[in-house]
Amino acid sequence: MPIIRAFWAIIRRDLLLAFRRRAEMANPLFFFVLVVTLFPLAVGAQPNLLRAMAPGVIWVSALLAALLSLDGLFRSDFDDGSLEQMLLSPHALSILVLGKIIAHWLVTGLPLLLIAPLLAVFLGLPEQAMGTLWLTLILATPLLSLIGAIGVALTVGLRRGGMLLSLLVLPLYVPVLIFASGAVDRAASGLPVGAQLNILLAMLLSALVLVPLPTAAALKMSVN
Amino acid sequence: MSWIPAPVSRFFHRTSSPPYFYALADRFIPWLTIIFLLLLGAGLYGGLYLAPTDYQQGDSYRIIYIHVPAAWMSLFIYVLMAIMGGIALIWRMKLAEVMLISSAPIGAGFTFVALVTGSLWGKPMWGTWWVWDARLTSELILLFLYLGVISLYGAIEEKRAAARAVSILALVGVVNIPIIHYSVQWWNTLHQGPTVSKMDKPSIHVSMLVPLLLMAVAFKFYYLIAVLQAAKLELLKRETTSQWVKALLEKQA
Amino acid sequence: MSWESFLYMGGYAVYVWPAYGVTACVLVVNIVLPVLQRKQLLRELTIKQKRSQAR
Repeated sequence: MPIIRAFWAIIRRDLLLAFRRRAEMANPLFFFVLVVTLFPLAVGAQPNLLRAMAPGVIWVSALLAALLSLDGLFRSDFDDGSLEQMLLSPHALSILVLGKIIAHWLVTGLPLLLIAPLLAVFLGLPEQAMGTLWLTLILATPLLSLIGAIGVALTVGLRRGGMLLSLLVLPLYVPVLIFASGAVDRAASGLPVGAQLNILLAMLLSALVLVPLPTAAALKMSVN
Repeated sequence: MSWIPAPVSRFFHRTSSPPYFYALADRFIPWLTIIFLLLLGAGLYGGLYLAPTDYQQGDSYRIIYIHVPAAWMSLFIYVLMAIMGGIALIWRMKLAEVMLISSAPIGAGFTFVALVTGSLWGKPMWGTWWVWDARLTSELILLFLYLGVISLYGAIEEKRAAARAVSILALVGVVNIPIIHYSVQWWNTLHQGPTVSKMDKPSIHVSMLVPLLLMAVAFKFYYLIAVLQAAKLELLKRETTSQWVKALLEKQA
Repeated sequence: MSWESFLYMGGYAVYVWPAYGVTACVLVVNIVLPVLQRKQLLRELTIKQKRSQAR
């Protein structure tokens, strides 16, 4: 099927491009670690306080890191005209867009998983919550990329869309934040987290199906 | 669109032509204003004067007559905006775009009113101006959604493109509103703050309910008036060079 | 009920009346602003039209 080949080609291309700019790949990670580091400095280093705040702090930081990296999703393609090429291609734009989002997540979302244990240690998150933290990151960071893609597609044509992007996207991130940090919080107290993880999974699956459509429509609007 | 009966589609085509709509709005606004003022008067009289004092909350409960209708309107207008957005995207109907963007400031206004009155009601009931109560929090996020729509429309220079962008955003937002609402509710039960059982009274006496419903209907009529005024402005802005605007100016001169 | 006790609102006047006041302000602004802006726009357009006719 040519559409599937085009889908893989997009992912391969974006990964290759990202790999050529390795230095930039690390930026969201540094940002993630930095923001988490700021919290103990601001509220004090009492272990009890930090442990209580850990799920929230880690998740708010992950959310901001995802938000910061969003701009790169369509920006360079918009600037050099490859986005227009994609619009003109015979393949369904929504599938190509999905490929781009997945590639973007592999580059910016997945690395957060690697650094998360370090931050959990920093904030004294109980070990029993570590597995849940990983699971929520796996389920919810792609959601952040997916939901964010709509906002980026709407604002990519604007010269200064950064602040506007956060205004559009952050309210939509609220449920993700609530269920993800809620799950980690419960896991830290040794409570079952099946419901929250299932809800995140359901949101991820429906976003995978639904998000490419408005994103493609918004890109068409932005390019013309 | 063969499944739409011909007279209905003819009606829509005619109404959606800007000059016709402009004249129609002019004709309707006085009547709508009269109905609105009558309903408002009756609602306020019933709510502030006739309705008895609540035995638990005293007279502070009388804020309900604006708080609850405003909160209803804030949701109602967002849903309407999403419907207009769908119509604008599918049928490329200019009038739907105009109505969508004209509704946004009104909806934001009602959301703001719901938040402020909720806070003013909360102070005597909870003892603080702000409680992270599920409904107030959802309302706050709804306000952000409205502000996003307004600033996105303002940021895009080309207004047809801006209207498309805003239509997409309104549709995405309306899918998210129930998710946000239920997630916030769940979050609220998890982090149980000060309880708000006082405000959760499902049973309400008829003498209190009737003014509430009157106010709710009055607000609906207010919305119609406000959206028509805003739509008239938006239509003029978009069609400054068109023939009907020139004719309108000549008629006025 | 006297006028004064009505305004007193059982001691809650500080909360009830500002709530109604804010609401009234928002509702009035949302009507008056577009009407004023439209009048302004119509005025500008009339001037423009007269100029183009004079030429």
